[in-house]
Amino acid sequence: MSFVMEATGLGKQYGRRWALRDCTLAIPAGRVVGLVGPNGAGKTTLLHLAVGLLTPTSGSIGVLGANPADGPVQLRRVGFVAQDTPVYARLTVAQHLRMGAWLNPSWDTEMADGRIEQLGLDLRQRAGMLSGGQRAQLALTLAVAKVPECLILDEPLASLDPLARREFLRSLMEIVAAQRISVVLTSHLIADLERVCDYLVVLVASRVQVAGEVSELLSSHHRLSGPRRDARSLPANQEVIEESHTDKQSTFLVRTSDPVHDPAWTVRPVTLDDLVIAYMSRQAAPERDYRPQLQVMS
Amino acid sequence: MIEFQLDTTSGVATYLQLVQQVHQALQLGLLEPGDQLPTAQQVVAQLAINPNTVLKAYRDLEREGLVRARPGQGTFIVRSLPRTDPAAQTRFLGSMTDWLRSARAAGLGPDDIEAIYRTAFRNCFAEGAA
Repeated sequence: MSFVMEATGLGKQYGRRWALRDCTLAIPAGRVVGLVGPNGAGKTTLLHLAVGLLTPTSGSIGVLGANPADGPVQLRRVGFVAQDTPVYARLTVAQHLRMGAWLNPSWDTEMADGRIEQLGLDLRQRAGMLSGGQRAQLALTLAVAKVPECLILDEPLASLDPLARREFLRSLMEIVAAQRISVVLTSHLIADLERVCDYLVVLVASRVQVAGEVSELLSSHHRLSGPRRDARSLPANQEVIEESHTDKQSTFLVRTSDPVHDPAWTVRPVTLDDLVIAYMSRQAAPERDYRPQLQVMS
Repeated sequence: MIEFQLDTTSGVATYLQLVQQVHQALQLGLLEPGDQLPTAQQVVAQLAINPNTVLKAYRDLEREGLVRARPGQGTFIVRSLPRTDPAAQTRFLGSMTDWLRSARAAGLGPDDIEAIYRTAFRNCFAEGAA
């Protein structure tokens, strides 16, 4: 399997503070990958390391099998849109396109002009006067017109209204359909990610909590509720991700690849939103981990 | 041509929703052999979903022998699914109603009955899948 992004023991330190520490992950190529996690998990730092804007303090990162800071050839292979989809406020749309063509040897003029026309953007408009949605679309156009092998987007949806978000994702998916490009994007909008991503990585405090095919994650996680019982009494093939109890009832979010047969349970499917929140809270409450208690018995 | 819908609150993977909708359309006779499914690009433009997801759904349908991809042309229905027999539907509606009445007479409430139904349903289809 080839990887769009591969990190080993990756860390970035600012003064005494580690923005990312000992991060190890492998993200397969040819997918649309959602990278989610709480603020401060290190997502933006990871992406900046991946595009060569930062250099690692420790560990290593490879993007499309090469070092991110490997020079112009590597830069050409990766398209990046930073947070808040930055554009030059005083330049017009047409000037952005000219600049893109000037700076990128692989620039596809036809695609860039075609997209701008399809979006109905006025070439003479200054970018500072565009709406949030239009600005995001302009930034996306600049990133894809250089015809990269992978596209890295940091919170591209954050400042967009629902309609602009849908239009942006539609554009992005049309690009994926036409160009077979790998995409990695971060977002807090899980419902949107569920539409567009086929692979999900949950990152909490520099650690991958769960990663996998979205369809496989959905089919292997279930919410069980029934009479109160201890997590330790569940079968070994059911990994407890989240549990909550009242005096009479227990609810578990479990991961298992086998069907749940126990008739005492009411079994419900989980949404991607449930799943992400469960893995994010799991890290926040490590004292609830029951496994050490098992070891005490010997 | 059919148009796919997406239920984002169901917890059912997107590709499976597409597969199920083709099954339903075949059972209802909305799709017949020779009919074309929307291209990945068309579905992407309509639903703003990942094209890989559409292709995964179509691959599943092809593996079932229901559709065939013709390179450069699109994906076409090659086999129909038997339509549900209306007489059988009426018969099972009758016996289900009888069963529900007797469960109610035994003192079970709507929630109990739903829980039983759900467990039985799951057991039954888990057997089928195994």
